[in-house]
Amino acid sequence: MLKRPYLLTLCLLVLAFVLSVALGAVFIPPGTALRIAANRFLSLEFTETWPGYFETILVEIRLPHAILVTLTGAALAGSGATYQGLFRNPLADPYLIGVASGAGLGAVFFMALPWMGQFLIPAGAFLGALGTVIIVYSLARVGKMVPLTTLILAGVAVGSFTTAMTSFLMLRSNRQLQHALSFLLGGSPVAGWDPVRIALPYSAVGFGLLLLTGHSLNVLQFGEEQAQQLGLPVERVKFFIIIASSLTAAAAVSFSGVIGFIGLIVPHLVRMLWGGDYRQLIPLSMIGGGCTLLAADMLARVILAPQSLPVGIVTALFGAPFFLWILRRAKQEVFW
Amino acid sequence: MLETRDLSAVYGEVKALDGVSLNVSRGEILGLIGPNGAGKSTLIRVISGVLNASKGKVLLDGQDITSYTPNQRALRVAVVPQARQLGGAFTVEQTVLLGRTPYLGMMGKASSRDKEIVHWAMAQTEVEDLAARRLAEISGGEQQRVLLARALAQKTNVLLLDEPTNHLDLGYQVSLLTLLRELVEEQDLAVIMALHDLNQVAGYADRVALLVKGNLAAVGSPDQVLTCDNLESAYHTPIEVLDHPRSGKPFIVPQCPE
Repeated sequence: MLKRPYLLTLCLLVLAFVLSVALGAVFIPPGTALRIAANRFLSLEFTETWPGYFETILVEIRLPHAILVTLTGAALAGSGATYQGLFRNPLADPYLIGVASGAGLGAVFFMALPWMGQFLIPAGAFLGALGTVIIVYSLARVGKMVPLTTLILAGVAVGSFTTAMTSFLMLRSNRQLQHALSFLLGGSPVAGWDPVRIALPYSAVGFGLLLLTGHSLNVLQFGEEQAQQLGLPVERVKFFIIIASSLTAAAAVSFSGVIGFIGLIVPHLVRMLWGGDYRQLIPLSMIGGGCTLLAADMLARVILAPQSLPVGIVTALFGAPFFLWILRRAKQEVFW
Repeated sequence: MLETRDLSAVYGEVKALDGVSLNVSRGEILGLIGPNGAGKSTLIRVISGVLNASKGKVLLDGQDITSYTPNQRALRVAVVPQARQLGGAFTVEQTVLLGRTPYLGMMGKASSRDKEIVHWAMAQTEVEDLAARRLAEISGGEQQRVLLARALAQKTNVLLLDEPTNHLDLGYQVSLLTLLRELVEEQDLAVIMALHDLNQVAGYADRVALLVKGNLAAVGSPDQVLTCDNLESAYHTPIEVLDHPRSGKPFIVPQCPE
């Protein structure tokens, strides 16, 4: 199975998705869930052997939720992998380098504007993410390198600042921003199909762009100078990559809030298992990211059931120790 | 084919190159020598287009090097950098394949011809056995040969090498230089190679340029440049230049305390 990375990760994704749809206050057996979905979406006619509210729960709550979680995980891990390649730094993650908080600020800022439609919130998040990544990058840059320490320090500083700005905004205008709090902890603010409809176009564009960056990122791993000598128009390519990864990270934040560590853990595991070729690392990270966040989300719903935790808490509980482990390993530079 | 005219370059306030005029034609190896900090690497960076000249210009096939796009440049000039800090997660084969970048589309999809050339390049520098190994797992000398293979895979007419024999043991130093010599004859390449070992320069370069503090102190055949006077004033150490007993080329020996 390890030799077939796509098969393995896709199987895991399907498994996680089915489990995620099945689990909850009311358990819907996976087989039943499949039959309900087949009846509903493929116009098949399995005999209804299940209570009617199963269909409502499945179609109106669980399915859109699972889709949203999958998209979020894929976006976070895909943009994490891309940031890591761009900064040539194994600890770059949309959360750790402050991009997610920046996107959160942008999103909340747009929510606070009374005339903003829900569809424009991702645009606010994108602007926030882009601004943050540019600030953090220029702060962290030492000559031609972006060292581990300065990147994380700049990310923490800028992240704290944008988080503080966000809190300030939320306290100032107490009207619509009630849901923004749970949003920022990484719990989806709205349920149902609406967020999926908003999320899909943004993430589709983001994913498409990310998949185009693989080869350029490979060349960039040898440093900007060698990349240029190998024929890469470095400045243009970097600009494109920053746009693509920030768009994707912002998409994730604007429909699921600030969730940390997925963008760090998943690409790292993929790199350890299947090497550093970004043409493969990015799509595998996306699939793996969807899968991992689905798992974290299930835990979040199960640990204190019937209450459900914001998924950001679960990813931080598992992600922070993992982060420290990578930090230790990064010193040995085995995979970099 | 490749020419620098009155070339100067600066790092901030520091002048790294000062009015260097050189040329190299196809089928020729120009050896670049000089003490540390003389501007050898700087010259290579300017010629490869990653550092802009502060004055003067580099002409490649009669055209200013800065007028080419990075991709057009990479089709014409390949660089073998000093091996250090390589992206360790790549395999040797993936690394050599990156030499095909100027020929590949945005997605980096390699055709069977690209793969053929990659294998040819790996065979030339004797790293085929290492194809599946990660860069982090191989030695500095092996990495250096991988970088040469990557440059060969670019299939350019001009090859710039920055101290390519640095990490190699004696056997591989000789085989790398011999390979270069063969490639120059076979494929009519123009090569500029910075080297520290003066005897290697004497043995393998057609012409030699001696840089001192960014200035071109001497240029010409090994016999003309590798003289006692030139070398002693460049390196500030007593040096003896003998005739090589077999080849008759200059043979340089630093004087040891007796």
